[in-house]
Amino acid sequence: MTMLNERQQLSYIAAQAADARLNVELETEGMTLNIGPQHPATHGTLRIIARLDGEQVIWAEPVAGYMHRGYEKLTEVRTFPQVTTLINRIDWLGSFANEVPFILAAEQLMDIEAPPRAQYIRTIMFELSRIANVSLFLGDLGVQLGAITPVFMAFRDREYVLNLIEGATGGRFHPNFDRIGGLKDDLPKGWIDETKQVMKKLRQFCDEIEDLLFGNEIFQSRTRGVGIIPADIAKSYGMSGANLRASGVDWDLRRDQSLPMAWDKADFKVWTHPDGDSWARCWVRLQETREATKIVDQLVDSIPSGPVMAKVPRIIKVPEGEAWVSTENPLGEMGYYVVSKGDLGPFRVKIRSASFNNISITPWVLKGVYVPDIITILASLYFILGDIDR
Amino acid sequence: MSTLAFEIPYWGQSLLRVLGGIVAVLLPAGTIVYVFLFKMMSFMQSRLGPMEAGPYGSMQLLAEVGKWMQKEDLIPENADAKIYKIAPVIVLLSTFLLVVVVPFGPDAWFTNFQAGVFYALAIGSVSVIGILVAGWSSANKYSLLGGLRAAGQLIAYELPMVLAVVGVVIQAGSMNLQQIVVAQNTFEIFGWNGLGMPFVVTQFVGFLIFMIAVQAELTQAPFDMPIAESELVSGYMTEYSGFRFLIFFIGEFATAGVFAFIASVLFLGGWGIPFSWFGWETVDDVDDWMNIAGPGIMFAKMMLLVGIIMWVRFSYPRFREDQLQRFAWKVLIPISLLNIAVTAILKVAF
Repeated sequence: MTMLNERQQLSYIAAQAADARLNVELETEGMTLNIGPQHPATHGTLRIIARLDGEQVIWAEPVAGYMHRGYEKLTEVRTFPQVTTLINRIDWLGSFANEVPFILAAEQLMDIEAPPRAQYIRTIMFELSRIANVSLFLGDLGVQLGAITPVFMAFRDREYVLNLIEGATGGRFHPNFDRIGGLKDDLPKGWIDETKQVMKKLRQFCDEIEDLLFGNEIFQSRTRGVGIIPADIAKSYGMSGANLRASGVDWDLRRDQSLPMAWDKADFKVWTHPDGDSWARCWVRLQETREATKIVDQLVDSIPSGPVMAKVPRIIKVPEGEAWVSTENPLGEMGYYVVSKGDLGPFRVKIRSASFNNISITPWVLKGVYVPDIITILASLYFILGDIDR
Repeated sequence: MSTLAFEIPYWGQSLLRVLGGIVAVLLPAGTIVYVFLFKMMSFMQSRLGPMEAGPYGSMQLLAEVGKWMQKEDLIPENADAKIYKIAPVIVLLSTFLLVVVVPFGPDAWFTNFQAGVFYALAIGSVSVIGILVAGWSSANKYSLLGGLRAAGQLIAYELPMVLAVVGVVIQAGSMNLQQIVVAQNTFEIFGWNGLGMPFVVTQFVGFLIFMIAVQAELTQAPFDMPIAESELVSGYMTEYSGFRFLIFFIGEFATAGVFAFIASVLFLGGWGIPFSWFGWETVDDVDDWMNIAGPGIMFAKMMLLVGIIMWVRFSYPRFREDQLQRFAWKVLIPISLLNIAVTAILKVAF
């Protein structure tokens, strides 16, 4: 038996009581509610089957796979440079971050390392895609809870970040900018000054959201103490990213592992929250967005000069071997296990995406909550459908 | 009160009243939708809102109405078709029934009903029936949840609303809405009659409770769980399309307008201006031009109150159902009871 806090125990008892009422006392029929696959709150096509007693959930299960696109299999018929185009689309809000672990794994197999300037730019772009991703979460959070205004502020300020990404890479959503051994291009002229201004705007946006949403009593009463996930439960379900840090586990792959990236050159704080409830998850993400803007600010100041591409053969053949690289993506830990047989393309790729694990906790955490809390908890767990189904 | 130069026959009066009622319901509804839903919300969210249809998008509402009218009127296969069709009409009808007791001027009223407050509060909750049967007859689980939530919510907030009005009734000494208006414009504040005495000054707590309850009655955020688009798709309206959805839509904003009319009658002095300005003593002295100016004053006050309602709607997230009930029963009702007691004591004391 895992350690449960008081609120979890109470909700468990309530769920048991609901079950008893359902089966014995009144012999009323429970209602099975299909939330999704087509539903405004599921960001795509996730389906939650919930058995309800009144408005209380007594049993819930997520059904994933409505958007399965078979990426792991598709990578086997692509060459290594072609794969980045594909995996851009896994977490479509933070596309650049998807490319990085795969490229790093390929580089690890080929035993090459990107030049320092490329490492810096990679890290900057990685953090920009984190900001683009999480700022949309912060706006969308309001919509899930019924406040319609924050999402427009999020779209307004996220546009600046997307413009930056577009300015450097040519693509707003799917940059496809990473190459094995470096980057496609150097940064354009004037990009660094603009970046600094945009980061200032994004910090203002974070303040605005904190005032408008996080400071709101109704928002607090809807999220505090709702959907508590204790640390050991979170770990046992393989959660990662802000969801894990919100349960009080101080674990961040940016800081905890040494990759050929520039995170160790920047000074940033890894925020954790002891509560583990929906509020904590949202709050940790808000703080992370702030930290990300600070990381970008520091890195653009100290960016070294030099080439952005290492010496790589024209036709890339990755030597035989296996490599596992994972990074701290906007949604959590994302990793690629790449198996190469010395061909032009990978022999097998296993993609570990964060949302799949994060969403797998729903049967545990949704037990005993009310229907509106389903939406709050799902919103605070923050998943992208492409990241669940791949 | 004055007499007209010519006598309007009874059928003519009735026709005028019906036309007036339609204008009094639909004109505020259209204005609210354009000014607040289209424009104020857009400006709050750093966008422009509709700009193409007509100058500054002012014809957008007509375009929307045209769109809804030509859409197919879908009825789910398992729905209880008859009730499903009637439900939106019940909701809109309650609004029309509500507006008949609102006075717009010394002679510009539909019916001068002695128990006007009582009638308004009773008819105001008829829309619950429409919403409940809409939710039930749609044969949709989301609709059912929405309908049940609406019923629970509207009944819970009916009480603080009634109790908040009791304070006004005690102070005015009448349940007739016309009398309440006159009372506010003739009373004196400690011997000074420059402003009359709008009950929002003396009944401020009651006014707050009334406005919160109105917000809940109208199912506007933060009390919009019956619709809750992120949870229940669209609550009891989920299955409705075409002109039946349009009726629900008009009903929502028309009810907002009419409740704001009632709130301005009860708390802001209604159609009147302080009678002392023109040396009027009673309602019979009031000049004829107030029958034209009165509706304008009412309209301005209505827009002010609906503006506040919409402002809150656009910036607040929604409560959870149990939090909403707790708020009604544990906070609003005790405070409004206390308000009644204090009002009664002060009424006797002064």
